[in-house]
Formats: sequence, structure tokens, C-alpha cells
Amino acid sequence: MAYRDGVVIDDRSRGIFRVHRSAMTSEQIFADERARIFNRCWLYVGHASEVARPGDYLRRWVGGQPVIFLRDSAGTVRIHYNTCTHRGATLCREESGNTRVFQCFYHAWTFDTTGKLVVTPGADAYAAGFDKADYALRGPARVAEYRGLYFINHDPDAVDLLTYLAGATEYLDLILDQGDEGMRIVDGAHRYSAKANWKLMVENSIDGYHAPTVHATYIDFVKDSGGGQNPAALGTGGGLDLGNGHAVIESVAAWAKPTYWEPFFGDEARPEIEAKRARLIGRYGAERGERIAGNFRNLLIFPNLIVNDVAAITVRRVEPVAPDRVSVEAWALAPVEEAAGSAALQRRLDNFLTFLGPGGFASPDDVEALESCQQGYAAQPAVEWSDISRGMARVPLPNDELQIRTFWRTWASQLDDAGFPEQVVDVEAPKVSQPAARS
Amino acid sequence: MTAAITGQDTGLRSRVEDFLYAEAALLDEWRLDDWLGLLTDDARYEVPSTDRPGGHPDTTLMLVSDTRSMITARVKRLNSRKAYREFPWSRTRRIVGNVRVLAVTESGELEVTANFAVYRTRNGQTHCYAGRSLHRLVPDGEGFLIAFRRAELDQETLDEHGTLSIIL
Repeated sequence: MAYRDGVVIDDRSRGIFRVHRSAMTSEQIFADERARIFNRCWLYVGHASEVARPGDYLRRWVGGQPVIFLRDSAGTVRIHYNTCTHRGATLCREESGNTRVFQCFYHAWTFDTTGKLVVTPGADAYAAGFDKADYALRGPARVAEYRGLYFINHDPDAVDLLTYLAGATEYLDLILDQGDEGMRIVDGAHRYSAKANWKLMVENSIDGYHAPTVHATYIDFVKDSGGGQNPAALGTGGGLDLGNGHAVIESVAAWAKPTYWEPFFGDEARPEIEAKRARLIGRYGAERGERIAGNFRNLLIFPNLIVNDVAAITVRRVEPVAPDRVSVEAWALAPVEEAAGSAALQRRLDNFLTFLGPGGFASPDDVEALESCQQGYAAQPAVEWSDISRGMARVPLPNDELQIRTFWRTWASQLDDAGFPEQVVDVEAPKVSQPAARS
Repeated sequence: MTAAITGQDTGLRSRVEDFLYAEAALLDEWRLDDWLGLLTDDARYEVPSTDRPGGHPDTTLMLVSDTRSMITARVKRLNSRKAYREFPWSRTRRIVGNVRVLAVTESGELEVTANFAVYRTRNGQTHCYAGRSLHRLVPDGEGFLIAFRRAELDQETLDEHGTLSIIL
């Protein structure tokens, strides 16, 4: 069965887009995703600032595989699989730290930070044909960086990262350009989950349609705090297919963000935030500077990285665990000049955890919505399809669903071994008033 | 100036325990407005991220870092039918133990630590939030008010729980 037409129906003549709910429940589809998406696409691992000094390391699970993300003794960022080349024990057993070597606790094979095997206790027991060079730590086929964001690819034949990112780099730049001295990941991560398929978390992260309903209590909180939802925000901007499955929605900020002052932040914060905005305008000109400072943007890097520049900036990695289970790791990305203890960092982190955090006023309700969908899928096969048609016959608004369709089109195309689908520019469907164009 | 408490003042500890038990009951019974009445006007409530149990809000991304006005907003949200993660309400059962009064200031404020296990049941599942709490309690008549509350979770992630939608 082809995924396109079988699981994803993309009927542009009628303006109908549907996804079969087995996409969220089938073990077979989950296995296909591992093989044809997660083993072929570029996957985000971490940011250079998380391993700032030589010897800094941390461990992560990426696409179901354990890796060590580190900066070697010479200062080069590297990614090794976290498994000893001897018998397989997990080599790095602490969450993070700083080291000169990794010593396996099982038989004490010891590797330097470049991955080279340097010690095998009782080396004279090995025959002449045993060459330590054959046992260096293995790494993913490809490792590449875009402005401090490190990605891996398990496919040696994959296109290079810059080509892969396609139109997404323009939007990453709008976020990464916000620091006067660069950007960094703030210490501490939100690690949460949902009993739901990973793709529901991706959809939700770039879905403007649900905000007024699911997040009514957050919007009330903003109002009570002297702010308000900018009523015009959802009527501005739109959704875009950025190529290769990446997609974005961008609009005027719906409420306060660290570069956009609202009464919510209090009068005392105003001069600093206005000065920050002025610096961005000085550096990038009025149009781009205002756009950086004053817009919200929710960006998907296919398949599972979300970089949302809203109430604060979150870098959110969506990790599939099982068809009905997803884990999330989310970090706050902040300008380097927002020092520890500064009011600016405080505002950013407060805004982050209140809106974006699993202990905040919004994300718990997102997770509830996803789990509720997953439970609803038990009504298959009587109820088989989900609908993602919103805004199909018009230039898409940020609360339409073009960006979610972009994800699904690419998902189906990758699973069909058909490469990346043609990018959708402007409207997807012929206008209803032009029936002649349908045939 | 603080004086170390050596444990012989069981009367003081009993009063603290009675207070913490009553406070836990208010949360378990969803009497959140009454619970708010146990906080000082400048109370703070924080929960560090699971990967940084010692994290401080000045430097580290927290799960919760509430000023008094945000605690009030949190309660307003939880009282709403639109806090979907908690409506219908979850059932919670708080077990508070190993209560120790660590110090008493000259003005009579207490530094108290306790262990907690908060069971949350909803939608066919029960999960436990386990950890240690730190309190600064201010004497108020026969009882106390909470000026500071910090709940440090033992869990390394919220993979089992999903989110933290209740007050710990």
C-alpha cells in the first residue's frame, strides 16, 4: 500500500486533506518510520553551547539510539554512539560532565574523547591480528552543524545539512540572530511525555488553530496580568511550506515575548526590552529588525525538531518511543548576553515555563489533547480518518493547517521512497470559483 | 541568626506536622482557595526541572517558579473547567513524612524539610511524584503560613507522568 493516497489523502481539487488514524497506532508504520524517516533524515542532537569546554559531554537518545554529544580535548564537537566496541556496555553512564577519557566499567576498555581506543587491560592477551584502530568508537554516518545546532544522519548518502534545511534557514536565522553575542542553551531541560503518537506532538507544536480553545486559561492569565492577546495577531502572517518537510507559521506576536514589550512585563522592564528591539533594528534594518523582535514563529525542521519563538524560544526535540508514546526534551534558547541572574533572563525563563513548560499553564492541556486524540483512535476502524483541510483553498493564515499538511505530505513521500514532495507555494487548491481548473 | 534544632523539640515538630497534614488534605480535597489562605502575601513556590533538582530560578530553567500572584493564577486556572489536564479533576493522595525542623530564626520562622509521595490518579492510571520538599513557615497564631515552598522531584524525567499539572 502506498502511503500517499492510502494513508494520506491530499485532494487539492476538492480541498480535502485526510490522514488515516492507523498512522498513529500501527506498529508496522512505526517501524517504517524508523527505517525510512529517522534513519535517513537529519536529526537534531544538541547545541554547541551545551558542551562549551573541551571535555564537556552529555548523553542523549536520538531516533531511538544512545549517543554521546561532546567536545573533544582539542575543542571539536563530536558525536559517538554510546556503546563500547568490546561487548556493548553503555560507556557514558552519567547525564553530563567533563572528562578526558571514557572508561567502560565492564572490562575497562578506555577511549579518548576523539573515540580512539587507548587502553585494553591485559593487551598482551590479544593476537597480532587484533588492531586497536578497528575498535574506535563508532559515530553516525554524518554529523553537521548549522550555527551551533548539531545534527546527525544515519544515511551516508543523505544530502548535506544546508541543502536539507532548505528554506528553514531563513527562519532559523530570524531566531539565531537575536543574540548580540550569539545564542546559548540555558541550563536545565524540560523532559516530559505524552501517551500519544509523536506526530501529534509535532502537529500540536505548529498548530495555531488550537490556541484560543485549549489555551483559554493561559490567555486569561495573560489578560489578568495586564496583557492581552493581540486580537489582530492571527489575522496577520501565514503558514509556509519551506521545502523538504520543513514548515513555519509566522504572525505578529499574539502576546508578550522577550523582544516585544507588553504591559504584562511591567513598566520597569520596558526600557530594556525597547533597547533590545532598537539594537535589532540597528543591526538588521527596520523591516527585518521589527520582524525578529515583534513576530511569533513556530518552526518545524522535519521530522522532529521544533524551534518556537513565541513567549520565549524553545528548542524541542520530539522522540518517538512507541506508536502510542512520545518523549519530549525541550530547552530554552537565549541570547548569550542575558546573564545568569539578570532580569532579562528571569523574564524569559518565567515566560518560558509558564507557557511552554510541562508544569506551566498551557503545555499540560496540550498533552491532554494529544492523549485524548490517541484514545479516540481506538474507535478504528469505524472512525478511520482525521481531517487537516483547514485553509486549503486560500492563502493560508497562521491558524490554518498548511504547515501540518506540509509535514504529512513529506512523511508519506518519505515512507513511499519517493523523496521530498514538490514544495507548495501560495495556495494549494484551485479557487472554488475556478472550476475549470479542476479536471 | 538561626539555632539548630536537635530533635528534642517534638512539640514544635508535631505542630509543623499537623500543619503540613492539614495543608496536604486541602490540596487532596481540591479546596484550593482555602489552600491559598495558607500562603503569605509574598509566598514563592518552585519545582526544579527533573535534570537539575538543585536548580535555582536565577540560572536554570525550572518546571515551576511562581510568585504569589502566579500561584493565585495557578489556582484560578485549576479551578476552571478549562484546565483540561485537570478537568475532570484528578484524584490525588499526598503522603507527607520524615518531617524535620531544620532551623528557627529569631523572628520565629521555621525552615522545614519533608519527604513526599503524591499519587495522582486519572484516566485509568496512577503515577507517583516522589521527592523532598523545603518550606519556610511563618508563625501565624497557633498555626503557620507558607512563605516558601520548593518541591524537588526524584524522577529524572516526566516520561511516566506526562506533565506536572497539580500543585506539589
